[in-house]
Amino acid sequence: MRTVTLTVNGTPVVREVADNRLLIEFLREDLKLTGTKESCGVGVCGACTVLLDGKPVSSCLALAVHADGGAVTTIEGVAEGDRLHPLQEAFLAHGGFQCGICTPGQILAAKALLEANPHPTKAEIQHWMMGNLCRCTGYYKIIESIAAAAGAA
Amino acid sequence: MTPFTYLEPSSLDEALALLARHGGDAKLIAGGTGLVNLMKQRLVRPGFVIGLRALQPLAGIAENGGLAISALATLQSLEASAAVRRSAPLLAAACGHVATVRVRAMATLGGAVAHADPFMDTPPALIALDARIVARSARGQRQIPADRFFTGFYETVLQPDEMVTEILLPAQPPGNGTAFLKFLPATHDDYATVSVAARVALDASGAIADARVALGAAAMVPVRAAAVEAALAGRTADETTLRDAAPLVLGAIDPIADFRGSAAYKRKMAVVHVRRALAHAVAQARRPA
Repeated sequence: MRTVTLTVNGTPVVREVADNRLLIEFLREDLKLTGTKESCGVGVCGACTVLLDGKPVSSCLALAVHADGGAVTTIEGVAEGDRLHPLQEAFLAHGGFQCGICTPGQILAAKALLEANPHPTKAEIQHWMMGNLCRCTGYYKIIESIAAAAGAA
Repeated sequence: MTPFTYLEPSSLDEALALLARHGGDAKLIAGGTGLVNLMKQRLVRPGFVIGLRALQPLAGIAENGGLAISALATLQSLEASAAVRRSAPLLAAACGHVATVRVRAMATLGGAVAHADPFMDTPPALIALDARIVARSARGQRQIPADRFFTGFYETVLQPDEMVTEILLPAQPPGNGTAFLKFLPATHDDYATVSVAARVALDASGAIADARVALGAAAMVPVRAAAVEAALAGRTADETTLRDAAPLVLGAIDPIADFRGSAAYKRKMAVVHVRRALAHAVAQARRPA
């Protein structure tokens, strides 16, 4: 066991974790932040995307001990109170989700994109978001939502 | 994952001492995108996992005529680096083709070479750039040419107490052009069906002074197509030369059949993509600086 000290969605957290605990297990089971979804479990689909120190990572491949000293952002930390993030508003307005399983990962990946590149071209959005799979929308609505949020942000 | 003890050395010397003690029962972890998948599938079950993230100050890229790239540099940092784009655009291109933005943000170049998965994109680029891999242990340091580093499926010349600390790229030859082609019939984040890294240097008369051709996903290791290179040296860089040289790649490769294609299909695609990569590299070499 090791003690990890980090911030999760801005809140300080100190916990004991097993050395082989995955970040997604730590978030979902230890902290009960179940907004982060696990789908493929091998780092391909993007459903489990969270931000670690602002960078998108697959929480199914990251060790919890690797978040020690860092800052994690999950979907629970994207809105400010009742005020949705412009990306969340845009996904609602443009039909950027259907079943919703991939949506937390889509929003976090898009948030990292807009922080790195506030005004991406459509091609840049497609290149960045290529690793977040969606089986419902056909992607057009997701790309539209992100482009709209970039215009608003 | 089976249980393991996680160790986090705060210096390179401490990391090397831990490797000397636990070597065969230890695995190093940087980004973890390779190792964690192997551990989750229980293909590797180390008793000790040695985390390198406290050594992050060693993640830099230095220009020294060529490039000295720390093993802990992420693929995303290499893709974005002005120095890499300037002196080794082939490596920046290969990094940009790896999987997804998440993998590129987590995975490191040292991890990529030590992982030694023959389907990966960066090893052929390193071979085509005449890279040398620096391996350190408590016993000392050695440099291994990239084309002699990989020995088998997920196997390298690294000893259990050695770690990759740096990847050195020499100054690239004058008048060179490069190309990285990743043939992907399925999805963009997939491994290649076949990938080709090529470097062609032209002399003042426009003839080929020197060529490098390396392939990924074409054998149990990333391979260098020495017969293709030999057939190009000294020849006029025209379509006939490239068309005649490309099929010589067949002597260097031994692809496996999988859902990305049959072995016969991959052999055909290797010839096609070697020819195309060479044509791209020649066109880039001819472009005025």
